Amino acid sequence: MAPNAAPKMTAAILSSPHGPRANRVDQVMLQVLLALIPGVLVMTWFFGWGLLINCVLAILFATAAEALVLRLRRRPVLPTLGDYSAVVTAVLFACAIPPTLPWWLTLLGMVFAIMLVKQLYGGLGYNPFNPAMAAYVFLLIAYPVEMTNWLAPHLLTQHHLSLTESWRLILFGALPPDLSWDALSAATPLEALRGQLREHQVMDAIRGASWWGSLGGRGWEWVSSAFLAGGLYLLWRRVITWRIPVAMLGSLLMLAGLFWLIDPQHHPNPAFHLWSGAAMLGAFFIATDPVTASTTPRGQLIFGAMIGVLVFVIRTWGGYPDAVAFSVLLLNIAAPTIDHYTQPSVFGHGRKS
Amino acid sequence: MSVTNPESEHGQSRLWTFHGGLHLPDEKALSNDQPIEPLRLPPLLVIPLRQHIGAPARPGVRVGDQVRKGQVIGTADGYVSAAVHASSSGTVIAIEERRIPHPSGLPAPCVVIATDGQDAWAPLPAPLTDYPHLDPALLRERVHWAGVVGLGGGAFPTSVKLRSERHIETLIINGAECEPYITCDDRLMRERSVQVLEGARIIRTLLGAERVLIGIEDNKPAAIAALSAALTQSGPDPHIRIIPVPTRYPSGGERQLIRILTGREVPTRGLPAQIGVACQNVATTAAVADAVLLGRPLITRVVTVTGRAVARLGNLAVPIGTPLSHLVAHCGGFRETPRRLLCGGPMMGFALSDLEIPITKAFNCLLALTAAEAPDPGPALACIRCGRCAEVCPVRLLPQQLYWHARAKAFDRAQGYNLFDCIECGCCAQVCPSHIPLVQYYRFAKNAIWAHEEERRKADQARARHQARQARLERLEQERQSKLRKKREILDDTTAATVPGQVADGDLDARRALIEAAKQRAAAKKAAAQSRIEPVDLG
Ligand code: SF4
Ligand code: SF4
Repeated sequence: MAPNAAPKMTAAILSSPHGPRANRVDQVMLQVLLALIPGVLVMTWFFGWGLLINCVLAILFATAAEALVLRLRRRPVLPTLGDYSAVVTAVLFACAIPPTLPWWLTLLGMVFAIMLVKQLYGGLGYNPFNPAMAAYVFLLIAYPVEMTNWLAPHLLTQHHLSLTESWRLILFGALPPDLSWDALSAATPLEALRGQLREHQVMDAIRGASWWGSLGGRGWEWVSSAFLAGGLYLLWRRVITWRIPVAMLGSLLMLAGLFWLIDPQHHPNPAFHLWSGAAMLGAFFIATDPVTASTTPRGQLIFGAMIGVLVFVIRTWGGYPDAVAFSVLLLNIAAPTIDHYTQPSVFGHGRKS
Repeated sequence: MSVTNPESEHGQSRLWTFHGGLHLPDEKALSNDQPIEPLRLPPLLVIPLRQHIGAPARPGVRVGDQVRKGQVIGTADGYVSAAVHASSSGTVIAIEERRIPHPSGLPAPCVVIATDGQDAWAPLPAPLTDYPHLDPALLRERVHWAGVVGLGGGAFPTSVKLRSERHIETLIINGAECEPYITCDDRLMRERSVQVLEGARIIRTLLGAERVLIGIEDNKPAAIAALSAALTQSGPDPHIRIIPVPTRYPSGGERQLIRILTGREVPTRGLPAQIGVACQNVATTAAVADAVLLGRPLITRVVTVTGRAVARLGNLAVPIGTPLSHLVAHCGGFRETPRRLLCGGPMMGFALSDLEIPITKAFNCLLALTAAEAPDPGPALACIRCGRCAEVCPVRLLPQQLYWHARAKAFDRAQGYNLFDCIECGCCAQVCPSHIPLVQYYRFAKNAIWAHEEERRKADQARARHQARQARLERLEQERQSKLRKKREILDDTTAATVPGQVADGDLDARRALIEAAKQRAAAKKAAAQSRIEPVDLG
């Protein structure tokens, strides 16, 4: 048996290590998708079928766009589609956009995300910007009206769109008969807060509004909690490390807390910052996107903390109610520099022990 | 040495940790209850002249010579080199290139002996049992003669490591054996614990170390117990301590183990001696004891034959030079065709091309993995920059950045990320979700840099030779010119008197030329001397 075994083994010469490997990209991405499920379900509960429809559409568009580019670049299509990174991008995008966004904007967003932001730079691993967030910001700037047309959470509205109604709304822009946008839509909590503070209301009054919940905006606080749960799952499964989310939420919490203590009438409590808008989604699912985040341990702390700071600054003094996407993109640019200046000290190169 | 209270002086029980590392399924249970078995003599021994780091041994026998067991057949060529011995008696039938266990798979000079079955010993030197009172140089000479090299895989000539310019405070005996599957050191510690301790004492005497720390991963309780029992039996020794260390790959890396036991980091590119530490593997230590106390050269070693593709797994005492096929036959052949056949463990071992390759001194494990044990990792995907690799790197490198630069052939930048500090432990590749063969990239980059430096060195030599030749030609030409000029000067002597300026100029020119020629001669000499310096091959 030995002599005839030899030639086959020659062919199998490969570099160490030789044993079975623990995980694989597709498994990592599947874990992320799994962790997104609670958030998606809770959002669907509060905002209707539109969210699920958007998920399906975004996944379809993203996959098609990826396949098309790979064809054009003459790269194998199936292995890349099989890493599920496009699906993750699609679902994150679907969670960020209004649940009734016209289908062609989703298409535009996914084409932009996959073709330009991801594949133009060389595909997964090469893209400097988070594709989902880049697409979101692009659409927000180009189509501000459509992109800020949020539904009211179902606690606050009489009419709940059925599956067909949602479908017709997304596909044809057709509202159900004798229903107006005003009856369906509502400002997001961050937007509402911002508007009322601009009108010189004080927090004592704002807290009495119907949309004000116990941690964040009503409904929204549950969505945030669901993303938090998914994030904790990722931490537990060691898909992500604690540094970025803790640094981001920590710095947001500290800044918000500081201003709230100084001037509680003009600043919401810190919990509101964490449980409204995209803070949780951003901290656990977007800022932690390995491709575009900082990779050194100290760098990740800086990266996360800076995002938290930017989110607070833009929310409080900037031109947009929420700022997670902007902040992440800005720090994406800075990540290579942060990495460069935060290299760990190598074994035996001397360090304070 | 003053004997103070051993508990305060040597009683430290604190352990340190190193960054990263992995908990791997250790697979030791496959073979760790198999006692060391002697192996039947093979008909043919193929003994490589270079089984160590440094210069190959010089063959001391000729084809047709009769040799006896333990006879030197290759003498150490210089300080950093090691002797090789016949592992049994027989006839030298060839001295030729054969494939040896080496990652490159390239052949190297070997002495091939047809054994005669007598296994007759050559006369051996007298035991040096009274070693504490003997001249250390004599002991080192003995170890040098015995051809002892680092048996943990490093294969560095041990005699070199038995001398230190610096004060050695701590001698560390490495019994960690952290690679999965391998159990030869485990068995050796259990069955030859006395020799391990004796060897440790000899080395401690030679180095004048204050304490000996024997570090063993705590997944080998039997080895720890055996050594502890042997230590108790041999009477109290305040200098030696046996320390179980947590099982975490690669705790058996020299620098990692030193860190665990002493809390200190060996400076990069530095030697452990710089921080007052020396490190020896347990099997090496036992081989030193054999050489000094029994006068026996290193001609056998324990090899673990394991992996689920092998029919009967075991730990064998193998004569150096035995072909792998002989070991496999002894173990009942393969249960199934191995997917991988490796020298060493799954993390750092390298693939073997065939079974005619001989066992060498550093060959610790023949690992035959089945397809289930070594599944195809599939095509490598793009790096997703997840940073897992950096989390587990015991050297605190950024494997991902190393990979990007190695891949882009930006070798300068890879060196900037301390490529040469990489110990190729494979932790990074093991956890990489994209299944990138990271270690392969690092080896490629290191080899490319070495090759580049080699090329540059050769080019420098060629340039020096060229310049020397150029200088010689110029000198000849100038000498010819100045002779001509002198002739002309003599001829022109009469007319010159009327034009004094010219004479002065001519004189100056001649002197300049002479100075120039002398300068160039000196330069040429220097260049020639430089080109005579032979490259030092460090393997
Ligand atoms: S583990 Fe692999 S995929 Fe992750 S950063 Fe390192 S090289 Fe890239
Ligand atoms: S192989 Fe090199 S880079 Fe990878 S973990 Fe080991 S030391 Fe670090």
